[in-house]
Amino acid sequence: MSEPVKPNPTSKYLRTERLPSIWCPGCGIGTTVNCFTRALDGSGFDLDKVAIVSGIGCTGRVAGYLNLDSFHTTHGRAIPFATGLQMANPDLKVVVYSGDGDLSAIGGNHLIHAARRNVDMLVVCVNNFTYGMTGGQVTPTTFQTAVASTTPYGAYEETFNLPRLVDSCGGVYVARWTSYHVKQLAKSMGEALNKKGFRFIEILSPCPTLYLRRNKLGEGLDEMKFYKEKSVIKNGASTTETDLDYRKEIVVGTFVNRERPTNVEAMEARMSEVLGAKYVPYESPGKKPAWA
Amino acid sequence: MSNANPSGTLTGSHYLDGDHACSEGAIAAGCRFASGYPITPSTEVVERLSARFPRVGGRFIQLEDELGASIALLGAVWGGAKACTVTSGPGFSLMMEHIGYAAITETPCVYINVQRAGPSTGLPTQPAQGDMMQARFGSHGDYRLIALCPNSPQECFDLTVEAFNLAEEFRVPVLVMLDEVVGHMTEKVVIPPAEQIKVSERRYTKKKPGEGFKLFEASNGSMVPEMVKAGDGYRIHVTGLTHDERGYPAMNVPTHEKMQLRLQDKIVENADRIVRWEEKDLADAEVVVVSFGITSRVAERAIKAAREQGVKVGSFRLITAWPFPEKQIAELSKKVKAFVVPELNLGQMALEVERVVAGRTKVVPVPHVGGTVHNPETILNKILESVR
Repeated sequence: MSEPVKPNPTSKYLRTERLPSIWCPGCGIGTTVNCFTRALDGSGFDLDKVAIVSGIGCTGRVAGYLNLDSFHTTHGRAIPFATGLQMANPDLKVVVYSGDGDLSAIGGNHLIHAARRNVDMLVVCVNNFTYGMTGGQVTPTTFQTAVASTTPYGAYEETFNLPRLVDSCGGVYVARWTSYHVKQLAKSMGEALNKKGFRFIEILSPCPTLYLRRNKLGEGLDEMKFYKEKSVIKNGASTTETDLDYRKEIVVGTFVNRERPTNVEAMEARMSEVLGAKYVPYESPGKKPAWA
Repeated sequence: MSNANPSGTLTGSHYLDGDHACSEGAIAAGCRFASGYPITPSTEVVERLSARFPRVGGRFIQLEDELGASIALLGAVWGGAKACTVTSGPGFSLMMEHIGYAAITETPCVYINVQRAGPSTGLPTQPAQGDMMQARFGSHGDYRLIALCPNSPQECFDLTVEAFNLAEEFRVPVLVMLDEVVGHMTEKVVIPPAEQIKVSERRYTKKKPGEGFKLFEASNGSMVPEMVKAGDGYRIHVTGLTHDERGYPAMNVPTHEKMQLRLQDKIVENADRIVRWEEKDLADAEVVVVSFGITSRVAERAIKAAREQGVKVGSFRLITAWPFPEKQIAELSKKVKAFVVPELNLGQMALEVERVVAGRTKVVPVPHVGGTVHNPETILNKILESVR
């Protein structure tokens, strides 16, 4: 007699009826989702009050697999959608979960401004250095000399250091991990979920089908070995020292953890100061359920 | 239907321009979230909202661009707020993707577009009605929406309230299509007491989580599904992909067909409840001037002059441009000799009149490039020509 199969502890956080996912074998996105569910598991949050917003692309599909209120929005616009959602219903814990192209290319303007105004949201950026769903085109995070379908002779533009970008714009929590660092990532996601303001976690993650194969870098597992060998944990490192380079050392860790008023706190403080008793604070529709 | 919230409603007689009247209409309708990006000649709407909202419990955010502004309000709607954004020509073009997203996700919302002359940057502070076809067809794919065309600051107030009500009733994006003249003209606007302003509340389902609620299921004899908001425990999924009744992506033709047809039919089959127009002197009319927005007020003078010259001319003013009042125009086309269609563009709505009239009678466009309004004489001459 075999032992009864133990339920996977992540199952209750997933829309299991939608599985299998669209992600390729060896892709790192699912691993990050596993970490996220573990962070939720340890958080003690009312999951009815956690909302997840994605943009477009492979990572954009995360929203559809998580058993939360989930929004699969337009390409690059997850952050402004989430901004509206959070400001209109501050009782929600809002998480944006998307890819490097979505958040830093088409959505780059929203990323920097949401960090600047310190909108209360956690942004998880799965960085696989490519546009996976559209066929492996170059992104702002593709390393120089790496081949992409639109840089057949190798990429030549400067590579974005996303933690540095978000840090410089005022994000209150900035971390980078890889999909190899599952324990650290889950812990970091838990910390970030518990913080207020604009939190940003970059996760380096393999895209075996397009990025690795095209660059003759092996399978997903080879990339995990690479992350294991090349990563150096430097919590508190200055984000000026976290630049990434092709096949070189990867600095990971929690780089920034600061306090700053959120956009709504700043707005309310200002309005109270100027308008005094005439200020009528916004009443969240989230206080009572629609059916009550 | 319920009554407007008295705490926000600025009851009384005011001298307001059309842009400001739109802001007051939004507040009276219960809008408590607005996102925007500055663009002339629409900016006064959000300037007023940013001043008024903190006094009535609303929140405004100026986003970094129109792309952000046009989706932040959709997030706010799913968070449980009534919400709008405001723009003009080039910004409206940038918002098209999210108007499509609002249509496919059936997000009740209001986009106010104060039209200026284009294409592109065009004439930033000068009027046009050049976005009428973009309003109808601007986003990719097939969808239907509602577009209202006020011709006075009073109507800017009234129709903005109406826009929010229609958005809730049909779970559809509703466009308020001003033109620069209506947006910037100042006239008396009477805002009734709150209890006289009818407001449609969001139709939330009465089913509790776990009772089989489906976010995109036509139910209770209506083609318009009931809503829920984030945070209430339904664990909804909202996507711009073709989706089934649960909201789950389903990339197949039967699902696509079912979804697309309902998105269309909920507007087309309810057109009689949506379509609004104003008619004058049609009883004996041989010629009908079809106009909207500021052009309808210029046309009034031409119509009066034509009547004085003995021409039997009447007026049909479009209040809804979309859905187009096709039944009414088709009916008229059996009785009259000609339609004269002045508009501040090179003939956009005239195309729609021609389509509906289908050759039964003459359609005489009176195009105008915008930047100014028509000279009434130009319209008069076309009326006179049309009966020759």
